[in-house]
Amino acid sequence: MPTTTDPHAAAGDGTAAAVPAIRFENVEKRFGDNVVLKDLNFEVAKGDRVTLIGPSGSGKTTILRLVMTLESLSEGYIYIDGEPLTHELRDGKRVARSEKAQKQIRKRIGMVFQQFNLFPNMTVLENIIEAPVHVLGQSKAEATKRAMELLESVGLPGKANAHPLQLSGGQQQRVAIARALAMDPDILLLDEVTSALDPEIVGEVLGILRHIAETTDITMLIVTHEMQFARDVSNRVMMFDGGRVVEEATPDVMFTNPQHERTQAFLHAVLGSGDGHIGTH
Amino acid sequence: MESNFEALAEAWPRILDGLWITLQLTLGGALLAMVIAVVLGLGSRLHNIVLRGLCRAIMEFFRGTSLVVQLFFFFFVLPQLGLALPAMVCGILGLGLNYGAYAAEVVRGSINSVPTGQWEATTALSMSKSQQMIRVIFPQAWALMIPSLTNYLIHMLKGTAIVSFITLADLTYHTEQLREQTDTFFAYGVSLVIYFVIAYILTLIMNALEVRAKHRLGRGESLREALTPKTPETAAAEGGRKA
Repeated sequence: MPTTTDPHAAAGDGTAAAVPAIRFENVEKRFGDNVVLKDLNFEVAKGDRVTLIGPSGSGKTTILRLVMTLESLSEGYIYIDGEPLTHELRDGKRVARSEKAQKQIRKRIGMVFQQFNLFPNMTVLENIIEAPVHVLGQSKAEATKRAMELLESVGLPGKANAHPLQLSGGQQQRVAIARALAMDPDILLLDEVTSALDPEIVGEVLGILRHIAETTDITMLIVTHEMQFARDVSNRVMMFDGGRVVEEATPDVMFTNPQHERTQAFLHAVLGSGDGHIGTH
Repeated sequence: MESNFEALAEAWPRILDGLWITLQLTLGGALLAMVIAVVLGLGSRLHNIVLRGLCRAIMEFFRGTSLVVQLFFFFFVLPQLGLALPAMVCGILGLGLNYGAYAAEVVRGSINSVPTGQWEATTALSMSKSQQMIRVIFPQAWALMIPSLTNYLIHMLKGTAIVSFITLADLTYHTEQLREQTDTFFAYGVSLVIYFVIAYILTLIMNALEVRAKHRLGRGESLREALTPKTPETAAAEGGRKA
């Protein structure tokens, strides 16, 4: 994937029409001696829904965690709306950006986790309004109003005063989605959001995410094992293996006619059907 | 035996005075210890190696020196350096620093035990470091640290018995006086009972705090539920030590 925009020209000004929402430039991530991502370059356009697929250990989740600044970047740069996220090139040197600068960008990014990670010391409502009130400075009334709308939209209007641990996994995850949306993110990162759920409630969570995909223009970066969901929601699928992009295509092409041998083998194993097509589930 | 109880009745007001001194020391020491524990506990997690090192050094110093010697130092040495503090202040200072240094390790450990996902969620919501700690991490760590803090609180109550060395007439001092009018068995027996009763009351209070803290995290019954159908004994048995 060649990069089309010059990072320095794009940085900081929003005039260029095609500034990608997310851009990875020569990204490398190491954990000790273990290189998880190597020389990774890719872009996600604004409003894109990109699903990352691949075997576990292929670095998909690490990509989301790098965007959320939960991991430190070993080499390279990540740009959000053309603005460097954690590191920038200044006078020919790669330097870390200030925490303040990072926080300004981070506010535009939301993440939903595999394990929900709701705050058990707060009620459902408090979980949702916490950051809007204390980070964005919204009034409590304003944040509560929005939180109630969000709870309604995720199908949990009566659960505002419940404690997270009183809810089922599926309900907790729906609250977590509402909590992320309450920050009005430009970018939403979904990290295996259904992997910890019972199979029969996976559908309700995916249904909500589908609805969000249809009704908003939030850029989404998705790691999932739910191939049908990937196919329904995303407009691009990237196949990862060994920290590199093996293949990238629209979901239609990727799931019906994958070109790369590695992709074919992976999809065959995951979908468990001979022809590589996705059935309904 | 009759005369023992008469002597006790006669000495009782003084014993209550001593008890009051003991309670002041325990509560004052506990409050100071908690402040020190939180400051040092948080400080020993800092990135800045100088501040972290300083916190660890203070912790190790006050943990590693005898409480009696610390009290002597505050009471007898500081005046020579031009800083004469009242005995009560010296007592609270010594107890607070000593037990605060121990409890700092509990605070640090409990904070580290809060699941990583909680920290990550605060980052994903762009919360600042202080919001993260005050609003999310500490309230969860608090429930984890109470059992160990209870232990130190009881230790501290008993530790106050040495303040008679720095002229404070506490419970131990007055039961010692009682011994001169009664006998060893009786006087120390009374002393044991009084210390035990106070320690037990403190344990019950701390258990109540633990029930409340856990309930706030959505685990276990509320304090009201815990108190209604059951006797305090069962609550104490449940509380105790869970790491």
